[in-house]
Amino acid sequence: MLILECPYCGVSGEETEFHAGGEAHITRASVGDDDQAFETYLFMRKNPKGVHFERWQHAYGCGKWFHAARCTMTLEVFGTYSAQTFTPPKALLAEIAKKRSGFEFEGGAS
Amino acid sequence: MSDMSVSALSNAQYDGSVQVADTGLRGMITLRGDLADKGLAKAVKAATGLGVPKQRQVLTKGSNGVAWMSPDELLIMVPYSAATQTAADLQLALSGQHALAANVSDARAVFRIAGAGCREVIAKLAPVDMASDKFAPGTIRRTRIAQIAAAFWMVDEETVELVCFRSVAQYAFDILVQAAKNGPVDFHLPKS
Ligand SMILES: [Zn+2]
Repeated sequence: MLILECPYCGVSGEETEFHAGGEAHITRASVGDDDQAFETYLFMRKNPKGVHFERWQHAYGCGKWFHAARCTMTLEVFGTYSAQTFTPPKALLAEIAKKRSGFEFEGGAS
Repeated sequence: MSDMSVSALSNAQYDGSVQVADTGLRGMITLRGDLADKGLAKAVKAATGLGVPKQRQVLTKGSNGVAWMSPDELLIMVPYSAATQTAADLQLALSGQHALAANVSDARAVFRIAGAGCREVIAKLAPVDMASDKFAPGTIRRTRIAQIAAAFWMVDEETVELVCFRSVAQYAFDILVQAAKNGPVDFHLPKS
């Protein structure tokens, strides 16, 4: 069971109150991109054993979408942050690096 | 607005050590907009006599209330007969702004859970810490009770008010009654 804190209403709730929205920070393929780029955008997802950046919605609460960083192995939630960003906050990345040696943010699926 | 309007469960009531009751019709307006805006605060004041509540707070005065629903949404509560006019007044006061006032009174059901064990009745159904030092009167929580969306707040230490969609009113009433019927588990003991 994950305990997530919604950055919009400040509620610390368990995961049944939220809706998982899959991998975060995916760059959208657009006009002019080739088929390979569209395939990557539509289908290719990371499946790490470890740090994962995800989108979540506070479905039963305020209804807002936000981002979360968690470990898929230990289920530790490193933190949650605003949806209005393309990359995780620097402070959060630094904190994760402290806990997982060798960790580096790789951006979206590519 | 017709005089024929009835609440979802026609004031159904269960009397046990904790009482569960359909409170009857209540005027409810969803107001979306910039909550930091002075014009919005003024319109809310004119409609209810109340200010704009802080994050997760609910303000009440008589039969009026204002609840914080999300960073850009308030729930305005007024007597049922005043809802249509209040919604129109709010929309007019906010014209020109990116804001919306919608009368949702007939889409909702309201329940009152009253008695010393009211915290436990909610705790059995919602994934929320109902300990008295964690959830106090004046706080609103949007969450789920069993399988449906609901929002609730405490009017005082022994009274909870809960709103949900009218279409699931019977389900809400039944699970509230069942949770009340099973009696206290003495986990959240009332302050005495
Ligand atoms: Zn939220």
